[in-house]
Amino acid sequence: MTPHPNLSQIARYATGDPGLDEASVWAIEVHLEGCADCRARLAGSTTADSRAMIERVAMSLDREIAATPAPVANSRSWSVLRHRWLVGTLGPWLAMTAAVLACAAVLSGLRAGLPSLVLLIAPLAPLPGVAVAWHRRADPAWELIAATPAAGLTTLLRRTAAVLAFVVPGLALVGAGTGASLALMLLPCLAFTAATLLLGTLVGVRRAAIGLIAIWTLAVIAPSLAAARIPAVLEADSAGSWALATALLTITALFRVDAFRRLSRQD
Amino acid sequence: MRALSAAETAATTHPWAIHAEGLQVRAGRQLAVNGLDLALNTGVHGLLGPNGAGKTTLMRSLATVLAPAGGRLTLLGRPVDGRADLRPVRRALGYLPQHFGFYPRFSVREFVGYMAWLKEMPKSAIPAAVQRAVDRVGLTARADARLRTLSGGMLRRAGIAQAIVNDPQILLLDEPTVGLDPEQRLDFRELLRDLGTDSCVLVSTHLVEDVAAACTDVVLLNEGRLVWQGTPETLAAQGDQSHPGDSPLERGYSAVLRRHRAEAAR
Repeated sequence: MTPHPNLSQIARYATGDPGLDEASVWAIEVHLEGCADCRARLAGSTTADSRAMIERVAMSLDREIAATPAPVANSRSWSVLRHRWLVGTLGPWLAMTAAVLACAAVLSGLRAGLPSLVLLIAPLAPLPGVAVAWHRRADPAWELIAATPAAGLTTLLRRTAAVLAFVVPGLALVGAGTGASLALMLLPCLAFTAATLLLGTLVGVRRAAIGLIAIWTLAVIAPSLAAARIPAVLEADSAGSWALATALLTITALFRVDAFRRLSRQD
Repeated sequence: MRALSAAETAATTHPWAIHAEGLQVRAGRQLAVNGLDLALNTGVHGLLGPNGAGKTTLMRSLATVLAPAGGRLTLLGRPVDGRADLRPVRRALGYLPQHFGFYPRFSVREFVGYMAWLKEMPKSAIPAAVQRAVDRVGLTARADARLRTLSGGMLRRAGIAQAIVNDPQILLLDEPTVGLDPEQRLDFRELLRDLGTDSCVLVSTHLVEDVAAACTDVVLLNEGRLVWQGTPETLAAQGDQSHPGDSPLERGYSAVLRRHRAEAAR
């Protein structure tokens, strides 16, 4: 703290003495902000008019504070829970996923000659949600959250789990309606989720999701629809391979946990 | 006698709260912080510098949001570069970014409580810590108001509340007084002085008067490097009437920057 100004300096400051040079005024102001004793001395040096004005302002403020309505306790625990597990904009993406799955189920029912669209798009179902869950533009508080110990893998896994908790029952429901194999829908779905997280450590989760969606669409969905037959990778005997791929991708993604501890340029 | 800065007077037997050696941090493709040496301990440190000096990038790297591209950075004696475990340091950090994002449907209490939960505070301690933080920033009467109903100054105070809810050992505030009215700024300076008694508080600001009123130490950055560090009084003594500025401290700031630029141009 700067040295205490003497009583004469305080009195000259209080009366606005033009003889007090600028540096001294500045030093007194800086000191007054941190020294209650000198503020009390300053209060003693002010004129009766100034004291009366301060009192009027204080009384007016007290009246306004007293007139302010008391806070109403308001429980919005759902709002907090939603943000603990999901980012705010995840809802529309999940709704879109549900709509696409429902359309695929209807189309599969209408066009009996085509391979099951539900089976073909099931691996991609969680990817839009997973991509949004860790995209900085989707979360207004991303920078605040990125500096907390929960940032990175913990948050990503929490939000991914929330996406899967919505997508997996949805797939099971649609699968039951269309007769598609549950194992052949869920295992590729989990493998693609793990692959997105793993690739996300290199290029960002959003880019990884977009890339995998594009590759699967071009390499599997389009040829399968053109040939009007289920691709070999989704035949009944491929379930074991998908289970192995899911386990390997998940373990490898967990080994790359460090990459999720900070925000990269790709996020 | 020359006034000593907080960096010079701090105990040397303990690790620095913030210690950077040759620190480099990228903002996009550019090195916004380039070869910074900095040592800070308990106290309120004002971070000054012109636009583009690297203040926000430095704050982000100290908040462990951005990884250093080179050099060494330790916080509370722990390295935070490379593959270091950041969780223990992050539990002891408080951070208010320059652009403070929030969830508009949250109340102040919910928002501060959510951040306390993310900071992994013990569940039983959160309600009392939230109340204390909200009280300290003067938002008690608005604790249950939704964030979208608050004014800019109140939102900034809610941001400060979330930063201090875990009683951080390192508190990083990027432009905290933007939007605060004069009375709120006086209260905030009082709060800063209080927090600086047992924490390392780094305040990035363009408002030199905030530094004069609340900081024990000034850190001046230019082009990603430390160009000056010392007390506000020493910085004020660097300038005279020939330098631009409305106060002795502003003139000292201008004088140091001009001198640095002249030396760099040689």
